[in-house]
Amino acid sequence: MNNQRRTVLKSGSGAALLGMLAAAGIITPGIALADWNKAAFDAKSMADTLKALGAGTPADSKDVQVTGPDIAENGAVVPVGVASTLPNVSMVAILIEKNPNALAASFVLPEGTEANVQTRVKMGQTSNIYALVKSDGKFFMATKEIKVTLGGCGG
Amino acid sequence: MGNPMKIRAANKDGVTEVKVLVSHEMETGQRKDSAGAIVPAWFITELTAKHGDKVVLTSEFGPSVSKNPYLAFKFKGGAKGEKVTVSWKDNKGDSRTDEAAIN
Repeated sequence: MNNQRRTVLKSGSGAALLGMLAAAGIITPGIALADWNKAAFDAKSMADTLKALGAGTPADSKDVQVTGPDIAENGAVVPVGVASTLPNVSMVAILIEKNPNALAASFVLPEGTEANVQTRVKMGQTSNIYALVKSDGKFFMATKEIKVTLGGCGG
Repeated sequence: MGNPMKIRAANKDGVTEVKVLVSHEMETGQRKDSAGAIVPAWFITELTAKHGDKVVLTSEFGPSVSKNPYLAFKFKGGAKGEKVTVSWKDNKGDSRTDEAAIN
């Protein structure tokens, strides 16, 4: 695959889109719900993503749980959950190591919202899934490997 | 505008569990159509849930969240009949807001 061409296409359309949205007055500080962390979502590797999230090198923690199937037959819909018993969890993120962009989703949890979220993600191939949790200003992480069966044979 | 979201909110022992099913293509921008042209990315970037006026969850999605995203979370408080509102915004500037009453 021609990677350079893809990169150019991607960055070109991204910039044009932002400009278009700004021109249409859609992206205005008042309407924007939050600033979408483009740097973090565009980051390719785990390390870059963690850096863009300001997470540095999170410590592994047993108090963070990633739930999901051991084997996912359909990589397009993989149920993933993150739960933690750590105190004052303010942020949760789901990262998939081998996806083109590691970060799948991040959640900001205000006080009163429990550190327990479930969603569904796409996975291009068998990969480790990382749950990143921010508790009391520190980052913690847990890992789970999910095998993706391609081709629909069901392994 | 997109189709309506399906929102379920149920209170049990002082904790409200919210389940949201959003109707959205979540196109990654990596796929090619039959002519070989890249299908442009089209995905939800931000989703916010509110209980009354209080924000209970803010999330940012990348294109690797599945088509028709599903999301479940829990927050303390909430009583029968009170409203939970969920809004999303996608990378094309489209948005939608739906609400449901807590059961």
